[in-house]
Amino acid sequence: MLRVEGVESGYGRTTVLFGVSMEVPDDALVCVMGRNGVGKTTLIKTMMGVIKASRGRITLDGRDITDMRSYQRVRAGLAYVPQGRASFPSLSVRENLQVVIETSPHGVAAGQAALDEALDLFPKLRKLLGRQAGFLSGGEAQQLAIARALVTRPRLLLLDEPTEGIQPSVIIEIENAIAHLNATNGLAIVLVEQYMEFALRLAQRYVVLDAGRVVAEGATEGLANESVRKLLAV
Amino acid sequence: MKMPGASGGARNPWYGRIGFALVALGFLVLAPATLSDFGLNLFTKYLCYAIIAVGIGLAWGQGGMLSLGQGVFFGLGGYAMGMYLKLQAAGPGKVPDFMSWSGVEKLPLLWKPFQYAWIALPAVVVVPMAVAAGLGAMVFRRRVRGAYFAILTQALAAAFVILLIGEQGYTGGTNGLTNFSQAFGLDLADPTNQRMFYFITAGVLGAMFLLARQLMASRYGRLLVAVRDGEERVRFLGYNPTVIKVIAFSISAGMAGLAGALFVPVVGIISPALLGIVPSIEMVILVALGGRSSLVGPVIGALAVNYAKTSLSNRFPSGWLYLEGLLFVVVIGFAPMGLAGLVGYGRSALDRLRGSPGASPADEAKRLEDEVVPA
Repeated sequence: MLRVEGVESGYGRTTVLFGVSMEVPDDALVCVMGRNGVGKTTLIKTMMGVIKASRGRITLDGRDITDMRSYQRVRAGLAYVPQGRASFPSLSVRENLQVVIETSPHGVAAGQAALDEALDLFPKLRKLLGRQAGFLSGGEAQQLAIARALVTRPRLLLLDEPTEGIQPSVIIEIENAIAHLNATNGLAIVLVEQYMEFALRLAQRYVVLDAGRVVAEGATEGLANESVRKLLAV
Repeated sequence: MKMPGASGGARNPWYGRIGFALVALGFLVLAPATLSDFGLNLFTKYLCYAIIAVGIGLAWGQGGMLSLGQGVFFGLGGYAMGMYLKLQAAGPGKVPDFMSWSGVEKLPLLWKPFQYAWIALPAVVVVPMAVAAGLGAMVFRRRVRGAYFAILTQALAAAFVILLIGEQGYTGGTNGLTNFSQAFGLDLADPTNQRMFYFITAGVLGAMFLLARQLMASRYGRLLVAVRDGEERVRFLGYNPTVIKVIAFSISAGMAGLAGALFVPVVGIISPALLGIVPSIEMVILVALGGRSSLVGPVIGALAVNYAKTSLSNRFPSGWLYLEGLLFVVVIGFAPMGLAGLVGYGRSALDRLRGSPGASPADEAKRLEDEVVPA
């Protein structure tokens, strides 16, 4: 589905990624792992068009999206939940979700159906629809951020550390939701995650980054390999 | 801090409609019945500033775009109207008086379209909107925002004033365009005509307020607030925030232009002194004092501050600016939501006293504390 080929990107004159290549097959959940500062978030931001790739190519179902802007990539089928469970704090939970439906490229009816599915996935949000999003707890805000991304009806969901700073009971709810989206709905997912057990339980494939380069990749069973684990040790 | 947003509209909509009807009644019946001719003319001027304030409330309060150059758009509308009135006063084939004094005998090309009402009148809105759209498209696309955007608009105000003063033969220079005695064949000194301009200005203010309110109640309004809350996040939902911001900024400029056009026949002058950096900052102060958290706040601020300015600057000519500065500091420091925000705080306190089912901030803090794992 998504192919990243020899991508270089960074911030200003500082290059962070050096010739990164990876592939996300249809229906797969791929986890991008690595220590702090190796370029995981930079990679996901480059996939999303937040950071421009200075070299290389990114394709979605064979279509070159390298030069597309972020909002155009969303229309092409990507969705992104950035780190920090970003919501629109002044809007209510309902409005956070409606903002997406009302001008959904798939039509309002499709958007509404996607919203209902997203609320089924995170039933807690149903009770909070009238609440101002700025007053949600971390776990609720993360669920809202994922639900909002789902309302765009993506074909590939990019999740950047969805468990960061969230209590264990909510992590389980998020894990179940991600597993359901991938296994039942067939949604392809790229997950950036440092919480290895969480990633192991969900992903079929992994990619390990070190100093902006892919240093290991394969099926998740391979993560048991001692040499791979060394690359993830803090 | 609770910021304004579309979620604030959960109350019974009839409260708003009845409130609007009462205020409209006050403007259309009470004010003309109780104010003297001089007082009513002064009040019309305040209403012009209220129109600008509604626009700033939309762009800054709802959309997060702090423009310190709103005087430019006010000036573009004012000058467009002023040019038309000057040419009407001069008569066919003649140049305005100030041009003759500067030795300009032939009507400049820029002035020619303003001989016609069908060009000049739409231009009071279209020109400011087009300038704002062009500027907005350039700067928002490059993700210029916050203080950088504010400084850029301020520089625009400075450049506009320099241009107006420098081109005296074409713009009237420091004096601007003055000595309007007639507009559309009406004697501007006649109290009946002044009364008519009052009703027109009040009507335009009402229409602009309703337009802004309607926009904020629509899906566009939610998107605008979303852009203010997190521009980057809006991109991740498939929208181009540049377009959303340009629309709000242009509408706000159009409102300022319209206010400028109404200001000219009411006050009888448009000059660089009314639209430079200081007046532009004062326009923002009106909104900050009234409260940018709602659309009512800017109107309250414009009327209250202008009334205070007129009353106090007569008695303490040099004291008003200090007082205005002090008020601004106090509001920003202690009541950032302005006068309208104080009403909101009072309403929340009343709700709590009545034992409203809504969670109190303390309950909310407790719930969040229970649910969030400490970092």
